[in-house]
Amino acid sequence: MIRARGLEKRYGRRRVLGGIDLDLSRDGFLVVIGANGSGKTTLLRLLTGLAAPTRGTLEVDVDRGGIGLLAHEPLVYRELTGLENLDLFGRLYRVPERRERIGMLLERYGLWEARNERVASYSRGMAQRLALCRTLLHEPELLVLDEPYASLDEEGAGLLDRELSELAGSRTVVVATHDPARLAPLVTSRLALG
Amino acid sequence: MTYLADVAALARKDLKVELRARDTLPAMLLFVLSTLVIFHFALPSDTGDDAAYGLLWVAIVFTALLGLARAWVPEHEHGVLDGLVLAPCDRSAIWLGKTLATLAFLLAAEVVALPAFALFFAPLNATALVAVVLVDIGICAVGSLLAAMAAAGRARELLLPLLFLPLAIPLVVGGVGAAISPEGGRYLLLLALYDGVFAVLSWASFEYVVTE
Repeated sequence: MIRARGLEKRYGRRRVLGGIDLDLSRDGFLVVIGANGSGKTTLLRLLTGLAAPTRGTLEVDVDRGGIGLLAHEPLVYRELTGLENLDLFGRLYRVPERRERIGMLLERYGLWEARNERVASYSRGMAQRLALCRTLLHEPELLVLDEPYASLDEEGAGLLDRELSELAGSRTVVVATHDPARLAPLVTSRLALG
Repeated sequence: MTYLADVAALARKDLKVELRARDTLPAMLLFVLSTLVIFHFALPSDTGDDAAYGLLWVAIVFTALLGLARAWVPEHEHGVLDGLVLAPCDRSAIWLGKTLATLAFLLAAEVVALPAFALFFAPLNATALVAVVLVDIGICAVGSLLAAMAAAGRARELLLPLLFLPLAIPLVVGGVGAAISPEGGRYLLLLALYDGVFAVLSWASFEYVVTE
């Protein structure tokens, strides 16, 4: 699914990521660890195709519509409601029976009651839950999660644990985290940066 | 059909965001009215209509610039553009949706600005009105692309006018020509040609603007 050789990324003269070799199978679960500024987010952006490597080769065997990205930002419109955001992304990501899928995700992540409220009024944790709904909406083949537990309360983190346990083994999952112990039972590969 | 449905959904989203946030349209309305009032008092009373028509295009271009500067702010606020770019839809639909929404804002500002211009200076004839619409299309087509480029940079408020104003010169030439020349139809053709060429270029190049 993912194969990288000598992957390097520079912004100007500054090297933010270098010498990455990586192999991950279709059912692989990769956890990426490293200190702040070690290049975790840059690596995830390279894997999604949002950034291009400066040097080296990278093959990701999935169409861009098959990627689910959870970034630092929630990637949703503040002035739209949770439901409107998911409906827009569901349309653009060609989600079949999207209303049912959206309803199921909103229920699962405890946002059903707040579905008609604007995201601007959501707490940081609610926005993160909505971001997870958006990421999972189109049942992506490749899940790329950047610090997914950030801002989630214990209940939200538990929901995410359950989701990842269900997906592990059937999807390709890449998670950048400062808390790798939480994912230890699911992980098939580990990459330390920095 | 799917492409057009995507464009409609994206444009509708922009209108909804603006109706709720009210960040752009009120500023455009206030700006264009203030500009026309200032021009009204700045121009000597014996100034001919030709000079006033020239100022109309100045007001339109700078009002549009105000709208364009904010056009991609909602996408950059929460990194939404990354989510849109990863979607399997044709990326040019993102540009077209934004262009249509920006055009709607500009036309809404002109619904107020053109009667005000007629009140302060002189009424517009039919050729000039067609020219306004053609200029609007050109401004929004080119401007949406350039605003997307500028929004990705650090000094976007500085970059957008530097990129946009040189490309707006043919639009101002065409607009003024259509309003004051006895052969206004030729200038309308120039504007239509500009719109066609730059709309196709912007449509085709948007994908490369939003990806590395």
